[in-house]
Amino acid sequence: MRISTLAVMAAMAAHPALADEIWVTNEKDDTVSVIDIETMEVSHTYETGERPRGITFSHDYKYVYICASDSDAVQVMDPATGEILHDLPSGEDPEQFVLHPDNKHLYIANEDDAITTVVDVESRKVIAQIDVGIEPEGMAVSPDGKIAITTSETTNMAHWIDTETQELFANTLVDSRPRHAEFVKDGAEMWVSAEIGGSISVFDTATQTEKAKIRFELPNIHPDRIQPVGFELGEGDKFAYVALGPSNHLAVVNAETYEVEDYILVGRRVWHMAFNADKSRLFTTNGISGDVTVVDVAKRKALKTIKVGRFPWGAAFRPTD
Amino acid sequence: MRFRTVAAVWLAGLIPLSGHAQGLDINVHFLREQIEEIATLSNLDPRPEDLSIQGAELAIKDNATTGKFLKHGYSLTLHDVPVGDDVVAAAKTALQTSDLLVTDVSSDLLLKIADLPEAENALILNATAEDSALRDEACRANVLHTAPSLAMRTDALMQYFLFKRWGKLAMIEGTYPQDTAYAEALRYSATKFGLKFGETKTWAFDADMRRNAAAEVPLFTQDLRDYDVLLIADEAEDFGRYVAYNTWLPRPVAGSEGISPQVWAPVVEQWGAAQLHSRFGELAGRSMEPEDYGAWAAIRSIGEAVTRTNAADAATLRSYMLSPDFALAGFKGTPQTFRDWNGQMRQPVPLVTSRAMVMQAPLPGFMHQTNELDTLGVDAPESSCTAFKE
Repeated sequence: MRISTLAVMAAMAAHPALADEIWVTNEKDDTVSVIDIETMEVSHTYETGERPRGITFSHDYKYVYICASDSDAVQVMDPATGEILHDLPSGEDPEQFVLHPDNKHLYIANEDDAITTVVDVESRKVIAQIDVGIEPEGMAVSPDGKIAITTSETTNMAHWIDTETQELFANTLVDSRPRHAEFVKDGAEMWVSAEIGGSISVFDTATQTEKAKIRFELPNIHPDRIQPVGFELGEGDKFAYVALGPSNHLAVVNAETYEVEDYILVGRRVWHMAFNADKSRLFTTNGISGDVTVVDVAKRKALKTIKVGRFPWGAAFRPTD
Repeated sequence: MRFRTVAAVWLAGLIPLSGHAQGLDINVHFLREQIEEIATLSNLDPRPEDLSIQGAELAIKDNATTGKFLKHGYSLTLHDVPVGDDVVAAAKTALQTSDLLVTDVSSDLLLKIADLPEAENALILNATAEDSALRDEACRANVLHTAPSLAMRTDALMQYFLFKRWGKLAMIEGTYPQDTAYAEALRYSATKFGLKFGETKTWAFDADMRRNAAAEVPLFTQDLRDYDVLLIADEAEDFGRYVAYNTWLPRPVAGSEGISPQVWAPVVEQWGAAQLHSRFGELAGRSMEPEDYGAWAAIRSIGEAVTRTNAADAATLRSYMLSPDFALAGFKGTPQTFRDWNGQMRQPVPLVTSRAMVMQAPLPGFMHQTNELDTLGVDAPESSCTAFKE
């Protein structure tokens, strides 16, 4: 063990330009694991507040924001040192969040409170709280910054927030237990996954109407166990990669036809994911197996499994050059 | 009789969902029959006075939060009938003002209520009565069940024994009617899953076990011969807690004590359950029990059906709930639907101790041609329920 650590350190000394990283929150260990994309090994483990879930970097990568749900705080960490710089007021039980393109406003889902909190990361003040449905979770913001989305797990809706007024301007029903939202194709579409409904709803952003529904089917796995949660779009938004929770698979969805083209076996209870810089590798968090699967995107195959902490939840990419 | 209406939560000025311009008012009546406390050997776990009611209150709040975005206003009217008062009369009063009724009453009263002329076009949701007959020969077309049947719970336990290869069972049975019914369900499920039932003894003496369990139980269990697991049928929670670790043979206990099949328990923490527990705890100041879960699931099912159909009449809601489109996210990791042939909610059954969830049934390997949840309880081919065939 010691020898391999030394070897890694020696390698790092020989190549001072550090490799890019994937940061993973470990919900039941109160830590983040930092994965070196080159060696595909954990290079650092940093302590966080209680029950870390959502994780995202500032757009300049100077800060990493972590939802420490049971500490009722969003923690701001220095990614270079792992030091917690300060906490942001977040409202109770922050689960997931999204940073506005202005790099200043953080939209936070407060799971226990049916509220979305908007925090100014510079003044460290709450600037708005918006009533949404029960158990808000999925968060997204449009590329032009005009719309923020909160999905609520028990109310089963996507709530559309006007970021200028910080008020709701539409509420759209989706299937049971929505988990994750993303703007797709430069914001023309907004996608929402529904864990218990087993679907992804595709909305036309301009009209907030549903234009397609994506469903999943795996041989020998009961449909009830196919539960879409996190998803990300690959290069050019051509394909979506969808974590199917307890079915232990990722689905590869053609984002033009909305057809599922492939399924990739990964770890147990696959939850969220992050790409490397050129989107050739995908890193998925597998809650029950306590590891991260590295997927070769072109080959649609798992390459490697990396052990992290207990119940890995969120994942975020950090370039280091 | 306590009779009150919780104010409808109705927030004006919120943006309605596109296309749903008309508002709806949904008034759900909740009927609870208070029961006489059974005197038990231990006073460690008193029965909460607001059992089931708090589950109903939480669900109506949950519904109202969703409803405010849709212009759907929800209210709950509570009929909490003291011991000795006329429960059926209270049901009549309720049914005169609403055709949505959720009940926490015994099986015989539930049948009387379902057969009232006032109930003919009503939708009744049974939140707590577990008698398998209500889903079988005594089923009623106007009654759906969010409480599991006893058979669902005992089948769950038998799946676990098969999984563990604990093939030989022995049992200690109490003398209250609920103990007898539970013991009967255990025997039936054991036969269904091919497990061997050995000796059964009845717990009929009234020694104070707090003082001498260590002396009495070893002797009492000595003549049960050999077995893999000792079942306790003590749904009244009288003597069971004193059996574990005092048996003559070193064996696990299961049933009403030890590992227990429950529709819900404070130790269920996966699948977002922690969120439901925390919301409930904030409201009620105690843990969420099976009766609370049954009431919560019933009123949330109504809410889910109203949300999806934009209707509030019993006929539309009932037919949506029985359709394949309905799904309740019940915090147990799988969609919960209703069996359209007897009105029973399909749902997993957690197998729990007081400290942890051990497993959740249906267990891996128990297959079914349509839905693995139908390996729990009476399945369509064996059912003698005909009321749902139109």
